Amino acid sequence: MIRKLQKKLKGDNLFKALVAIIAASALVIVLVTAYVLVTGSSLALQTYGINFLTGTQWNPVPGSENFGALPYILGTLVTSGIALLIGVPLSLGIAIFLVEMAPKTIRVPVSYLVELLAAVPSVIYGLWGIFVLRFWLLNNIEKPISAILGWIPIFSGRPFGLDIFSAGVILAIMIIPTVASVSREVISAVPNSIREGAYSIGATKWEVIRHWVLAYGRSGIFGAVILGLGRAVGETMAVTMIIGNASGPSAMPTSLFQTGQTMPSLIANGFFDAQSPVAASAYLGVGLILLVMSLLINIVAHVMVTRVFKVKGGAVE
Amino acid sequence: MAQAFFTTLRSKFHGYAFRKFKNKLFFVLCGVCVVVAVIPLISILFEAVMRGAPQLSVQFIFADGNNGGIGPAIQGTLIIMGLTSLIGIPLGVLSGIYLSEFGQNKYASAMRTLNNIVTEFPSIIVGIVAYSIVVLYITRYNSALAGAAALSIIMIPIVARTTEESLKLVPNTIREASLAMGVHKWRTTLSVVLPSAKAGLITGTMLAVARIAGETAPLLLTIGGSSYFFGGLFQQMDALPLRIYRYAGQPDASVQAQAWGAALVLILIVLALNIAVRLASRGRLRR
Amino acid sequence: MSNVTITNPKMQSINLNVWFGKKQALKDINISVKTNAVTAIIGPSGCGKSTFIRTLNRMHELVPGAKLTGQVMLDGKNIYDDDVDSVMIRRHVGMVFQKPNPFPTMSIYDNVASGLRLTGAKKGKNLDEIVQKSLQQATLWDEVKDELKKPGTSISGGQQQRLCIARAIALQPEVILMDEPCSALDPIATAKIEELIVQLKEQYTVVIVTHNMQQAARVSDYTAFLYLGQLIEFNQTTTVFENPQSELTEKYITGKFG
Repeated sequence: MIRKLQKKLKGDNLFKALVAIIAASALVIVLVTAYVLVTGSSLALQTYGINFLTGTQWNPVPGSENFGALPYILGTLVTSGIALLIGVPLSLGIAIFLVEMAPKTIRVPVSYLVELLAAVPSVIYGLWGIFVLRFWLLNNIEKPISAILGWIPIFSGRPFGLDIFSAGVILAIMIIPTVASVSREVISAVPNSIREGAYSIGATKWEVIRHWVLAYGRSGIFGAVILGLGRAVGETMAVTMIIGNASGPSAMPTSLFQTGQTMPSLIANGFFDAQSPVAASAYLGVGLILLVMSLLINIVAHVMVTRVFKVKGGAVE
Repeated sequence: MAQAFFTTLRSKFHGYAFRKFKNKLFFVLCGVCVVVAVIPLISILFEAVMRGAPQLSVQFIFADGNNGGIGPAIQGTLIIMGLTSLIGIPLGVLSGIYLSEFGQNKYASAMRTLNNIVTEFPSIIVGIVAYSIVVLYITRYNSALAGAAALSIIMIPIVARTTEESLKLVPNTIREASLAMGVHKWRTTLSVVLPSAKAGLITGTMLAVARIAGETAPLLLTIGGSSYFFGGLFQQMDALPLRIYRYAGQPDASVQAQAWGAALVLILIVLALNIAVRLASRGRLRR
Repeated sequence: MSNVTITNPKMQSINLNVWFGKKQALKDINISVKTNAVTAIIGPSGCGKSTFIRTLNRMHELVPGAKLTGQVMLDGKNIYDDDVDSVMIRRHVGMVFQKPNPFPTMSIYDNVASGLRLTGAKKGKNLDEIVQKSLQQATLWDEVKDELKKPGTSISGGQQQRLCIARAIALQPEVILMDEPCSALDPIATAKIEELIVQLKEQYTVVIVTHNMQQAARVSDYTAFLYLGQLIEFNQTTTVFENPQSELTEKYITGKFG
């Protein structure tokens, strides 16, 4: 008489059911979010159709509404792109420093300092951005470049600091903790046998890192980069405060030194004042695009990073 | 002659001496990366102190918005931290308990994945959702409750994850010891496993609280801000991040200075929590 | 193959077959455990000894995919009957594990009292008395009586194991199962626990799993030899070691394999 032995007991059953239901809170949140965004944006999406994605007008004035999200989609991608261009090399440098170079005594305080970067609230980055970073970038980078290279389209326009470039720089700083810490884990997980093999043919430490370690950890580091991209895309307050709040066709990112707008900053700046149902719906539509973009990026990032740790079986599980 | 020159030149770029030089160069560059990354942190702290400290008077900290103070903002931040914790900690911990103690099945895997997805929601989206549900249908206008709801959406998954991780660190032999004495599983979980993971749970929770203390975007659309002190869950309320954002955008330099004062207070709260967590976990590791 | 009859055994496995999913771990095990005696289960690694002992207190079923046929009797009642609560069984059949596992967040006193507190059995009882008595029975009282408030993990490994024994005894079980209780301990601590086991059988029935044959020879009254999930021989200890009936048994105890 074969019997499956998972006997259930009343008190335990109740407890298990209770915590199982509460664990569904994530599901509830996702469903509610999807419902709010999809139903809320349906009006705008139906009214403007594909033009919502490709149009550049943004006019919430009741009576002459027109909404196209292209400038903000591009604005998000451009600022995030700048963030990656600046932030990824810095993060890799930090990760290499911490894993391969730093003596044990320095490692802990330095990594703690880098982690603290993540603890600073976004609005404070924004505050520091508009009163401190902005002027430093303006005087030391933007004005000189504009003077010499201003004839190149991406450097055109008269810079005054609250622009796409500054937003990109602040995002770069904000993604460093994420990209650096994941890269660090990836580099640590590279087996020592790889390094030893490289040393044994006479490579210098840097050559080992550049040609063997980073190559081995390639997909994990790529995953770290995508994770950083995900954070940059979703970042709201710091960007809102420093990007200059452009809208409509002039928000199309053509020059680094122009004011711009990302999807999160658009919503932060304008949603509350939306007067008509279709205007509110338009903001929700932008929100939906933002969420979908963020989700896709993060899913790709997770797949890449977890694959590295599962397959290569490094020190981290 | 030219050939000799180029040969020497080439050996200079491929010779061992050059490789050693490159080696040193790149390591210096890595060190520079670290310095460059840390400079903003130091600058932020420096500016916050230099520009914010002069603002810190008793008047500033305790008076309300009409009397040149940020009392309501400080109070609001503390209240929202408490309210959100009231919702977020129980729900988060219980979720984490399920994922750790009962979570070896497909449902739990799905919930775990969804959990991770929610932790990566852009914070403005969280604000939109809380606005659409709580502000529009429950409180009818901006309210403290809406703000707490928004921040709970952020807090619950974080606490669930750190709870699961902390509980998983408790060795299984402890659970077995309790079960073998005829203690029910629920009792084992609550009275034996949970206390064993206490340290990790506390640090995880404190970090989550520090995180939500600094969140602005979810509050932008939900609590409305106010010059007055807390007037009830269904009323508008102020908070430090919101106050900083609003004052930062004002043209008046004295108001901007107040933004720095508020920023300093917020930094102190957040850093205090973070450092407390660090000290607590270091003490644990040493023992 | 069982060559001895035990009347009114405290526990008895009847045609016990055990699986982990598709893999069969035990085949047709028939072992009787005599009351107030020590029964040892010996055999090489992987023979199923730990699996067997965990069927005696229904801990085996906590593993996902666990299956079982046959019966396990406690005082003549099958503990796997539908009307039997597995949690209750474990209050009658206690267990001590291979690696000492006192609860790290509790003091020595609280550890011993934990079973009573957590099962609600402490009502109307004098905890101080019970803790003292249990620690005395576990021969640990004299060593810790002035330090009862210290954490359970602050004492040595051997003392921790005796603490775990005290914790199990505090619930006054009828049977005490021991899964290689000394394998993580040094020889001196081991000797103390072996002494303790021989004392315990006056009041309790003991089943001990051990990979150390000499230990089985020293402390037990009956010995069961398992090999690859099957019961090869079960008899009085003296018979098994001095006059084994099976050639396999003889090979094992003379160290020809294992």
